[in-house]
Amino acid sequence: MERVAIVGASMTRFGQRDAWIRELLAEAGAAALDDAGAAGGDLDHLYVSNMASGEFEGQTGVPNALAHDLAATPAYTARIDQTSSSGGAGIYAAWQSIASGASDLTMLVGGEKMTHRTTAEATDVIASLTHPVEYKHGVTLPSFAGLTARLYLDTYDAPRESLGKVAVKNHRNGVDNPHAQFRKEVDLETVLGSPVVADPLRLYDFCPITDGSAALVFCPASVAEEYVPADDYAVVSGIGGATDTHVVHERADPTTMGGVVDSSTIAYDMAGIGPDDVDVAELHDMFTILEFLQSEDLGFFEKGSGWEAVEAGVTDRDGDLPINTSGGLKSKGHPLGASGVAQAYEIYQQVTGTAGPRQVDADVGLACNVGGFGNCVTTTVLEAAR
Amino acid sequence: MNGSDTHDDGERRFEAAEYSDGTVTYPPHPVGPDGVERVGTVDLRTYEARVVTWTTSTATPPGVREPNTLAIVEFEMGEGYDGPPVRALGQIAECGDGSGETFDVGIGDAVEPVYAETLREPGAGIREPDSQRWDGFRFRPVE
Repeated sequence: MERVAIVGASMTRFGQRDAWIRELLAEAGAAALDDAGAAGGDLDHLYVSNMASGEFEGQTGVPNALAHDLAATPAYTARIDQTSSSGGAGIYAAWQSIASGASDLTMLVGGEKMTHRTTAEATDVIASLTHPVEYKHGVTLPSFAGLTARLYLDTYDAPRESLGKVAVKNHRNGVDNPHAQFRKEVDLETVLGSPVVADPLRLYDFCPITDGSAALVFCPASVAEEYVPADDYAVVSGIGGATDTHVVHERADPTTMGGVVDSSTIAYDMAGIGPDDVDVAELHDMFTILEFLQSEDLGFFEKGSGWEAVEAGVTDRDGDLPINTSGGLKSKGHPLGASGVAQAYEIYQQVTGTAGPRQVDADVGLACNVGGFGNCVTTTVLEAAR
Repeated sequence: MNGSDTHDDGERRFEAAEYSDGTVTYPPHPVGPDGVERVGTVDLRTYEARVVTWTTSTATPPGVREPNTLAIVEFEMGEGYDGPPVRALGQIAECGDGSGETFDVGIGDAVEPVYAETLREPGAGIREPDSQRWDGFRFRPVE
C-alpha cells in the first residue's frame, strides 16, 4: 500500500460570502493546486465534499463543474456526502485513491454555501438527516446537543460553566486565524448570558452558519518531493472511518460517540500510535458539548473528565494538548462539507510549522470529523514528513 | 409506513419491533441490532417510561411548535427483558389548560405516551409530506 502525502492545502475565508458554491470550490481548489505547484490537468482524481448544494442552492453536479472550471478534465470526479463529516469522508476517499495506486495525484475540495438561507431553513436542511420518527417531532441537531449536554452535566457532575469555557477558548484561538468567521474573543459571562437555543445550551455554545471551502492535494509519499521540499509536506499516517446508529436514542450510552471510539481505534492502529502521542487536535465542536465527548472517546481523557481538562487549561493553545487551535467550528465557522477538510488544513499547517501565531510544538496531529450527532465519523492522523 | 407509530388498520399503537433474540427496538428495523430476524411487534403504550434527558428548543425549523420541549425516555420493559434499553425521543405534551405550556419534566420522572394527530406541520419543512407519517406519541407525567 502506498504511503500517502499531502503536498498542498488551502482554505478560503469562512463566513458570509457573496460567492456561490461553484466559486467557493474553485477559489480553494485553485489555491491548493498553486500551493502544491500543480495544475488541474495533472490531477487523476478530483473529489468534492459537500452535503447539500442541491438543497441549499439548486446546484448539483458540483465535481463536474469544478473539474471544468479548473481545467482538470478528464480526471475522475465524485461528490462525497456524509453530512457534516463529508470532509473527513473525502479525506478517506482521497487517501484510498492514492494508497490503492488508482491515482498519482488527487485533490479534495470541500465546500458549502449556506448563509443565503434563514437559520430555520438551514437547520431544517441539516435536520433532514434524521430518522422519520425523530424528524416528525421537530428534532434538530442543536436539540440533540441540548439533550446530551443535560445528561452529561447530570451524569458526571460537571458545572455548566465548563461548557462555556470551550466557547471562550475556541473564540480566543480564532482571533489568530485569518480565515475564521469570528475573530473576536468572548468572555464567560457573555456565553452564559446569551439566549437559550436548546436548554441548557445557549447561542455561544453553537457554531454559526457559514459559507466556505477548503482543499488538500494528495500524492504518494515516494514522489512528494517532486512537488514540495521535504519540510513542507505531511503524511497521512492513520485514518479510520466508522458509523453509529441512525437513530440517536438507540445508542447504549448517549454520552459516548461510538463512531469516534471505533474510527480512532483504526486510525491509531494504522499510525502505530496511541492517544498520548497526539500533540495537537482539531475536534468537531459544532456544539461545545461535542468537544468533551470527542476528547474522551478519542482516549485523550477518562470518560466524564473532559470538562476537567478544559477547566485546567490542558486544551489551551499553550496547554499539554492544544485542541482546536484554528478556533474550531465554533469560531472558524462550519460550512458543512468544508469543515473536515479545514480541520486537516489546520493540522497540516501545525505539523509543517506554518501555523503562524497559532503554531504549537507538534509532530503528530489528529482531526476528528463528525456527521449527524456522531452518526458518521472519520479520524485522521497527520505527521510531519521531516 | 415511514415513521409510523400507528398500525395500518388505524389503531393507535406505539409500535416497536421484537426480534428472535428477544430484543425490542423503537423504531422498528428490518433486522435486530445483531442481525437477527424480526418476529413481532410490541405496543409501547402499555409500558411506563422514565425521562433520560430533556431539552427545550427555541430555534425550531419550519412547521414545528416554538418552543419545542423534547425528551428521550426509556421504557420499563420488566424484569424478564434483558435486551438493550428501549427508548424513544418525543415531544412533551401540552398541559391542556389553555396556556399552551408543556408539562414540566425532569430526569428520572415517570411519563406515559399520549397520542397526537399532528406533531409537526407536513410540508412546511424540506421533507416530502407523503414520505412519512406525522402523527405519533408525546409524553406527559404520570399522575
